[in-house]
Formats: sequence, C-alpha cells, structure tokens
Amino acid sequence: MVSLQKIFLIARREFLEKVRKRSFIVMTLLGPVFFAVLMIVPIWITGLNPGGEKRIAVVDDNTQLIFHMPESEMVEFLYLHTGIEAAKKLVKAGDYDGLLYIPEQDIDNPARITFFAEGNMSMSLQHDLEGKLNAEFEKLKLERAGIDPKLLENIKTKISVSTVNLTSEGGEEQKNNSASAGAGLGSAVLIYLFIFMYGIQVMRGVIEEKTNRIVEVIITSVKPVELMVGKISGIACVALTQFSLWILLSFAITSAVSTKFQVDRFADENLKETLSKTKSDQLEQALEMNKIVSAIDSLNIPFLIGVFAFYFLGGYLLYAALFAAIGSAVDNETDTQQFMLPVTVPLVLAFIFAQTIIRSPDGSLAFWLSIIPFTSPIIMMVRLPFGVHWYELALSMFVLVGTIALFSWLAARIYRIGILMYGKKPSFKEIGKWMSY
Amino acid sequence: MNSIDIQHVSKQYGSHVVLDAISISIPQQSIFGLLGPNGAGKTSLIRIITGITAPDSGTVLFRGEQFAEKHIGQIGYLPEERGLYKKMKVGEQLIYLARLKGLSKLEANKNMAYWVAKFAMEDWLQKPVESLSKGMQQKVQFVATIIHKPSLIILDEPFTGFDPLNANLLKDEILDLRAQGATIIFSTHRMESVEELCSDIAMINKARIVLEGATKHLRSMEQTNNYQLITSEKIEGNGIEFTVLQEQCKEGLWHYDLALGRLSSSELIAKLASNTTIYQFAAKVPTMNDLFIKALQH
Repeated sequence: MVSLQKIFLIARREFLEKVRKRSFIVMTLLGPVFFAVLMIVPIWITGLNPGGEKRIAVVDDNTQLIFHMPESEMVEFLYLHTGIEAAKKLVKAGDYDGLLYIPEQDIDNPARITFFAEGNMSMSLQHDLEGKLNAEFEKLKLERAGIDPKLLENIKTKISVSTVNLTSEGGEEQKNNSASAGAGLGSAVLIYLFIFMYGIQVMRGVIEEKTNRIVEVIITSVKPVELMVGKISGIACVALTQFSLWILLSFAITSAVSTKFQVDRFADENLKETLSKTKSDQLEQALEMNKIVSAIDSLNIPFLIGVFAFYFLGGYLLYAALFAAIGSAVDNETDTQQFMLPVTVPLVLAFIFAQTIIRSPDGSLAFWLSIIPFTSPIIMMVRLPFGVHWYELALSMFVLVGTIALFSWLAARIYRIGILMYGKKPSFKEIGKWMSY
Repeated sequence: MNSIDIQHVSKQYGSHVVLDAISISIPQQSIFGLLGPNGAGKTSLIRIITGITAPDSGTVLFRGEQFAEKHIGQIGYLPEERGLYKKMKVGEQLIYLARLKGLSKLEANKNMAYWVAKFAMEDWLQKPVESLSKGMQQKVQFVATIIHKPSLIILDEPFTGFDPLNANLLKDEILDLRAQGATIIFSTHRMESVEELCSDIAMINKARIVLEGATKHLRSMEQTNNYQLITSEKIEGNGIEFTVLQEQCKEGLWHYDLALGRLSSSELIAKLASNTTIYQFAAKVPTMNDLFIKALQH
C-alpha cells in the first residue's frame, strides 16, 4: 500500500523548497509583466505622439509640379526658397528639425528625394514622409490623367469578413480567426514551456537526490514510487501556484492598464462615439484596437483557462514521469542527453506542427495529433479556440489520462531500480530489463 | 529472540548472483559485524534487511515476524555514501527525515531537541547543511539515522570519513544505544573497528557466508599453541619441549615466537625463569584480520 501521508510530506518539502527560491519569486513576478508589456505596447503606441511636433523645412526645386505636403500632429512643413545649401545651414543652426529636399522630379520616375537631419531620422518619421510623398505623387498622376482624386476616395472600399460558427446547438457564434490563432498559439507556447521547465526540474531533483545519496536514506523510509509521485506532485503544485499567480497578476495588470488607457472605448458598443472624437490619422489605429478588443471578447476565456489547466497538468504529469525515469537512470545531467532525445522529439514536433495546424485546425493531421497523448496537450490547445467537438475533446482527455497512468507505472519501475544504480550509464536495453525486475 | 533472522536469502541481478542462499541470525542487543571485501554482497544484503529491495527467494524475520512495512520505522540506516539535502536547513531536514519514518511532528521535535542538546547543535538548526563543516555534517547525518529511536541500527562503513574525535563520539553513542536495547549492524571491510566493538560477526565473500559466530568463540576456535616471548637472554628450543619459530634481537632484548611441544605454558615459564628474566609471555590470539584472511583462503 502506498502511503498518502508520506507522499504528502515529500510533496510538501518539494513545494516549499521550490517556492522559497528567489528564481521562483522573480519568475512569478516577471511573467505577468512580460505578458502585460505585450498587451500594453500596442495600446500605448496608438496614444503616443513620438517626440512631439517636428518642424521640417522643405526645399522644392520643382517648377512644373507643386507639392502640398499635408501636415499633422507629428510634422509641420515650412517651405523655404533659399536654396539647398542655405537651408542646410539653418538645420545645422537648429532652426529646423530636418530638411526635406525635393530636386526637380520626373513624375513617372521619382528619385533622389533626400532628408537631412542632425540626428538619425526615426522609423516612424521616415514612414510618415514616404507615405505623404507617395500620396502626393499619386495625386499628381491622377490629376494628369484627368481623374478627380475625390472620386477615387469614394471608390476605395474596405471589407472585413466576420466568421460565424454554426454551433451544434443550433446557435451562432461569432469567431475571430486571428484571435483564435493568437490564443491557440499562445497557450501552446505556454504549455510547451511549462512542460519543459517543470519536467526538467523533476529530472534535476531526481539526479540531485541520487548524487547526494540522500535517496538511500529516504528509501529506507518510503517506497521509491512514493518518492517519485511525491516529487512530481510537489512540483506540479509549484507549477499550478505559479500559473494561478500569473493569471491573477495578469488580470490585475491588464485591468489597471485598460482603465488607464480606456480600452473600453474601443469596444463595439462605444466605438462610434470614440471614432467621432478620433483624429483622422488615428482612425485606422482605433479600428485596429476595436478588432483586438472584440477579438478577445469573442473568446470563451474561462473555458480556455479550464482546458488549459487540464492539458498543462496532463502534459506535465506524462512528461514528468518520463523525466523522473531518465533522472533516475543516470548519475549526472550530462548523461541525460541520449535519453532526453526520444522524450523531447514529440514535444518539439508538436510545437513545429502547431504553426501548420493553426491554418487548418480541423484537418486530419490536427485531429490525430490532438488525440496522441504526447502531442495532444499542445495541439489541442492550438485547436481549441477555433472550436472542437466535445467528443474529440473527451477522447483526447481520456487517452491522455490513460497514458499518464501507464507511463507513470512504467517510469516507477525504471525509477525504483535506477535510483540505486551507480556508475556506468545504462543502455536502453538495460533500462528495458529493469522494468521486468 | 533474535533481532533479525535471515533465512536462505538469494538475490541475483541478471546472471550475476549477489547473494547465494544466505542465512544469518543477529541476536538482540548485539553489535553485529557484517564483514567482507568490497563487492561481496554486504550492501545487497543490507538493502534486503532494510526492505529497499526484495529477495528473489528466502525470508527475513524481524523479531520473529515476517518483515513488513510496519518494521521500516524501527530501522535506522546510515549508508556508506553519506547524503543530505545540501540546501535544506538542518532543523527542517531532521524533522522531515523523522516524519518520513512515521513520527508525528511533536515526537520529531522532541527527539530532535534531545540530540541537538546532546551534540550541542543548537546554533546549526537554522543553517543549510552545505554551510556546515564536514565533521558537523557527519553528526547531523548520524542524528538523522537514529532520531526516530530505531531498535535496529544499520551502519555501513560508519567510521570512514569520520575524524578521530567524531569516530570516538560515534563509538560511545553506539555502545550507549546498545545499552538502551538497540541492535547494531556494522558493515565494514576494516577489521580493526570490528575488533573493539563487535560481539558477533558474519563474513561474506562471493555471495556466501564464509565465517559466522560470536567473536570470542571464533577467536578461541582459531587459538593455536603459539606464544610470544620476550627475554633478557638468548634461549634455545629443542623441538621436543618447545620450538623457536622466529628469533629477533631488538635493543638488547630477545623476541621469540614459540610453538609449545611437550611442555605446558606454565611449565615453560618455570623452566625459563631460572635462566633469564621474562619480560613478556602471551598467547598469540588471532586478529580478526587473520581470521578474515584465513577464511578467504579456504
């Protein structure tokens, strides 16, 4: 009989030791900050006026063509008629932030347009100037062809197709494919990282106990399987703690951020009002924000987090058992490589396939990889935001649980022999034999 | 009643036989030496006694009962390769190991307090093991072995790595624990430590027992008719009364190894005393080392 009390004691020690480490605290605090930065930066940029208004001198040598560079919050254009050399001196003297020089142009072959500045030109300023010049040239060409630019403006059309899933319950569900892809890929990356991070912690712990020889003392008190299960569940608790703290902190940070930047104004119901207040050149960005906000709203976040927790835990338990078996079979970490390879290949493959599966989440490759337990934790999470039939999900979960049971049993059989073997690195064949002892 | 009865225990790994139908009885309150060269099967046998591995065949009785899980808490084991969690605090570690043996938090704390006071370890409790000196770590390791008051204490090569001071301390504690009723098994290939402490021994070589019994008894069995003698004058043996096996003159004294013939030891002393001053006359008692080597040669 396995003693639950002893497993609890072991798990408790493992948990306390890990969560007291400075690295755990740092990771727990930095994780959400990292996620928040990913969220905040795009929002922040939309409301940002980089470096204040720039005064830019324009020297235009053209006599045939007339350029009217439209001004914005970012730049003010001042036309000089002093000649290029005199203008350069003014820039150097600090009268202007930059000098745009437009030599005589052939409308069909625009060339040699130069920007002079004391420092480097920022990417956004360059982008801005190029866009404005393009528009000017286009306008001139249209005029030459006898087309009214206003007419063309009316012809321009922008269509965005919204996806609606016809659910089996007969309802309709609005989907946003890019949001699904983002959520799917994001959780796949997280699961991949978590399995590796914590699986390897289990392996290191086993090797440490073995090289410390503390294991000889411990297994006179507990069964090897109790030690293994205790260790794996202790670290699982560490992972779950970290994960929950991440979610809590992320929510706290993002809600603080949304309040600060009034992200709500980009939600569908408030969009009209927001747009009316938005300046014309930020319209595009406001619409983009609306897309992001409504995409996040279209996901069933609690459901995703629930399933994520299951696959995260399941994937971890499956791989942690294998990592524990590897750790028990070797004397030091350098010897693990040979055994790590077959264990990590399915994980890495799943991660690579995830990018393909994003594009066809209902294909047969996607189906099978989300059933096979070695890849399912990652692949199912990729598919899930796009919608998965409940019976596929149930099958995948069932297979995963069964495989965890089988492989934990096999791993325990390797483990109980491995932890007492010192010296020579065993071969796969020998490890196979241990299972039959 | 014996503390441990090992009956026809065999163990093999693949085709390699590590224990071949071994039977040993370890009397209660004995200090039992499990001797043998490296690789003889001592550690394998200990692992079976401690329940780490199961024998392929044969049985182990713990105080007359079939060995079972409930006995685990009555065994304290100090493995040859010492080990503790290096980063864990001494106090937490001792409590943890005691609780794994089945002690309640309260008992564990109480027992720890006793040993901490005895070994003056108060200042170490909050320190991680790795910050202690080697000698201190050895004490912690020893306390970890006996903190749960085991009735059977198994010490695998206990004196290796201990400095002389700690080795003496350990010796005293071992005798003390035995006086309190514990049985102690020593596993070692160093005979001199056995000589002083062990009341009984078993010698293992190549998976089999080659010698077993009470130390006194084994020695007297091997007792020969040989004596050591130191005199002021040179003497001559005649082959009938006694024979000189070896003769040596050191710093003006004559050292002899003799084999008695027709004369008894007291007759010989009487005969020699008239001609010379006898500085020393002693029966040549075989050392454990002699017994060990002799047993291995057979």
